[in-house]
Amino acid sequence: MMNFPVLSVITFTPIVAGILILLLPAQRKNEARAVALAAAIFALILSIWVYFNYDQAAGGYQFVERYNWLPALGISLYFGVDGMSTPLVLLTGVVMFTGVLISWGDDHPHVMAGIQDRPREFFAFLFILAWGVFGVFVSLDLFMLFFFYEIAVFPMYLLIAIWGWAVTREYAAMKLTLYLFIGSVVSLVGVLAMYFVQYQNTGILTFDMLEMEKAGFSQTFQNIWFLPVFLGFAVLGGIWPFHNWSPDGHVAAPTAVSMFHAGVLMKLGAFAALRVGIMLLPDGAKYWSWLVMLFAAVAVVYGAYIAFVQTDFKYMVGFSSVSHMGLVMLGFATLNRDGLLGAGLQMFSHGVMTALFFAVVGMIYDRAHTREIPELGGMNKIMPFAAIGFIIGGLVSMGMPGFSGFVAEFPIFLGVWGRQWLVAVIASISIIITAGYIMRNVRQVFFGELPEKYEGHLTDITIFDKIAITTLCLFMIILGFYPNFMVPMIQTGVDYVLRLLGGA
Amino acid sequence: VFTSTAFASILPEILILTVGILLLVVEPFWKEEQRRNVGWLTAGGLLISMIISLLFGQPGEPTTTLGGMVRFDWLGFFFKLLFMFAGAATALLLMDNEKVGARGEAYVLLLASLIGMNLMAVSADLVMLYLAIETASIPLYVLSGFMLADEKSTEAGFKYLLFGALTSTVMLYGFSLIFGFAGTTDIYELAGMLQTGDLSLLAAYGILALILVGIGFKASFVPFHFWAPDVYEGAPTPVAGFLSTASKAAGFAVLVRLFFVAFPDQNIAPYWTTALAILAAVTMTVGNLLALPQTNIKRLIAFSSVSHAGYTMIGVVALTQLGAASVVFYLAAYILTNLLAFGIVMAFSRVTGLEDLKDYAGMSRRSPWLALMMLSAFLSLAGMPPFGGFIAKVVVFAAGVQAGYVWLVIIAIINSVIGLFYYLNAMKYVYLYRMSEQDEENHPVPMTRPYAIALAVLTIGVILIGTVFAPWFNWSDAGAMNLF
Repeated sequence: MMNFPVLSVITFTPIVAGILILLLPAQRKNEARAVALAAAIFALILSIWVYFNYDQAAGGYQFVERYNWLPALGISLYFGVDGMSTPLVLLTGVVMFTGVLISWGDDHPHVMAGIQDRPREFFAFLFILAWGVFGVFVSLDLFMLFFFYEIAVFPMYLLIAIWGWAVTREYAAMKLTLYLFIGSVVSLVGVLAMYFVQYQNTGILTFDMLEMEKAGFSQTFQNIWFLPVFLGFAVLGGIWPFHNWSPDGHVAAPTAVSMFHAGVLMKLGAFAALRVGIMLLPDGAKYWSWLVMLFAAVAVVYGAYIAFVQTDFKYMVGFSSVSHMGLVMLGFATLNRDGLLGAGLQMFSHGVMTALFFAVVGMIYDRAHTREIPELGGMNKIMPFAAIGFIIGGLVSMGMPGFSGFVAEFPIFLGVWGRQWLVAVIASISIIITAGYIMRNVRQVFFGELPEKYEGHLTDITIFDKIAITTLCLFMIILGFYPNFMVPMIQTGVDYVLRLLGGA
Repeated sequence: VFTSTAFASILPEILILTVGILLLVVEPFWKEEQRRNVGWLTAGGLLISMIISLLFGQPGEPTTTLGGMVRFDWLGFFFKLLFMFAGAATALLLMDNEKVGARGEAYVLLLASLIGMNLMAVSADLVMLYLAIETASIPLYVLSGFMLADEKSTEAGFKYLLFGALTSTVMLYGFSLIFGFAGTTDIYELAGMLQTGDLSLLAAYGILALILVGIGFKASFVPFHFWAPDVYEGAPTPVAGFLSTASKAAGFAVLVRLFFVAFPDQNIAPYWTTALAILAAVTMTVGNLLALPQTNIKRLIAFSSVSHAGYTMIGVVALTQLGAASVVFYLAAYILTNLLAFGIVMAFSRVTGLEDLKDYAGMSRRSPWLALMMLSAFLSLAGMPPFGGFIAKVVVFAAGVQAGYVWLVIIAIINSVIGLFYYLNAMKYVYLYRMSEQDEENHPVPMTRPYAIALAVLTIGVILIGTVFAPWFNWSDAGAMNLF
């Protein structure tokens, strides 16, 4: 069984399914949906299998596959996962599965939820996106990582511009794409510089990241190139002050794309920033960690504050994502065991939580046709299931013990305290603000007075929606009550990062 | 002189000539309505020529044949295959062009031009080179002005002729100066002459500048690009596609061979690489900025193709083996991509008669497959994976970074962002906007068989170069190795 190329099967499942979907006739909407769901279930099962078969005692990179792709330049299809990326592969599987469920078109005349217009193209583009995301998480070859990273960028444009919210979609889609593209090409220059300098140093022309870790980049080199590489990728992670594209993109995107965007795409940026920026340029990371910490701390507090003052439900969730991703970056910036562990957990926890948030926001919008919080109310009478889901997500967001958010945020603050207690104090303000806006919105949207115009017009969510909510909640509660589900796994990944940092 | 190697070195040209003669013999006997089938014959003939050349005409160790006129190496061979492929695709795209497709002369002119381009890629002597360039150009002047009743086409042909004649004269003057100073027209001996100091540096720079005018015209560098948009817009669209791909690549083939072989000398190289670096920066920036406001899709592609010449030049500027390989690879990806883009424009305007960006509104509903192909072409032009343009850009940028031209790469990156903006902007019409009546289902864009075949092959090619890129790069690299 160990020879089964599970990672490449996971990675290429979406694109194969995407091509199959495209080959269907355009009017076969339900067949397109069915193929999409089947592929998503298949990918989810495989990613769960990988998660539970990862040998935590052994650590390191597992399920390794390697195929020479372009030996002349040292490019290979080199797949493998470690303690950091395995949870992210699982996360992608979960979000892909729930995203497809959420997008299942409901043609009820009052509802018109999900995707009715051209579902064939929608799922094909969504799966190209998923292909890129899986590829980044499993690639151990820097060139292929970059290749997949770019693949994850352009479908977003189409997904948002075609199926998004008509008012801002053109603007938001273009803004998002240009931001991400600029970020990625800036990193590309750094990546190429690393590639040639490592060739000078070692005489080996390769994009193999495990080789590049041993390249012995000089301190000056790392100081120069760490910031372009790290920040270039971190743009996708929504780091302040380059976060601006993110809330706009969230708001304009259709529900499943918002889930993908906040749930996994932002992790893609954070993960690549860690994998390439911190792990290949560790001395540069030490030199600049104060700046990253500063940016992250600002993102945490500022994001939470902006979320607090939003009246648009989706903007609120979008800015809360900026705030929570700031915590991930804050964890990275500590460069110590607690901080990195928390960052790894937070990536998974936030991914599941925010996917849930966007799913519920989407369900409400599809029915009420507004996202203005003051205009909403009493939704728990109509969709009690969604209300429960949102409340669980809210508790995760606030960092309540017993939910995954606490498990993730606690070590981050511990780690930050170890580095600079003042930052920890400032950043912790965000917890209070978060609790404020979550509770306020839960009260208003779900328990407020149901406006008269909605009386009798709104329908409950579908069974597909309920399955999606249940799946997402399940992971948040499991991780909350039983942290051992993920902590030892991520710890093996953190050990590896710490070794590169010289046991710091 | 006529050894078997010499024969092998011009085998592709002999085969093309055979196809051309065959066309001339067969075509008069066909009825008017059958004449468009000449296109099948041309494309098929070129395909068979490619296969035969691959089987029997592969170069071994680089040698010079036919009395020092022709260089027989992988670089030239790979370029030849690219040109012939582009020619075959162009022939297919010509077939259903209303005014051109049913006239056999068009195909014969195309083949004549192809022979010239093939020889451009392998010329080892300045006299041969000049003859090759003229052989390639003159049929294209005629083809650009082929639609006599159409004012724009006539204008395009005339404009192209005037520009071409002027620049090639300037280049010829440069060649004659070389002969005057160095006493040889052999490109491969020229390098030796320069190293021994027989040619003064000042004279060398002057000559280089004169030659650059001629090549710059073919490859449409700024400031020799003025003809490009007008000619592309006026010429029959398949011809425009051919001009912007094969013809431009032929210019680069000459540039690479001439400059890498004849002027790699330590004393001269830094000057012309710096000059070319500036030219590259200007070319991509001007091309992109002019492409931004375009509303006619042919003009948009025309200006964007100017900017692509700028990106390609980064590889030349690098003056390394990776640089040369990146140029060849970039051109391969670019030829496929731009032919695809022009092919789609043709397929669309043949049915609708429209060429403005806004006329593409609702195209993804009218013809989802055509829209997907257009998406592939435009994303490849923008440099997005999994399409050829992405790998090509990365390789070119890598060559630039390796050679220490980080500033140039940064300018190229800024330009890529601008490019991405207007390519996506065009896709917005295709995928997002709708026709005014919102009844796209009643306005399909049917494709004839030649279009379907050509576009499908090109799309698959663009994706193959972008995913299974190893063989393509290895061929480019093998060619680049012949230069050092």
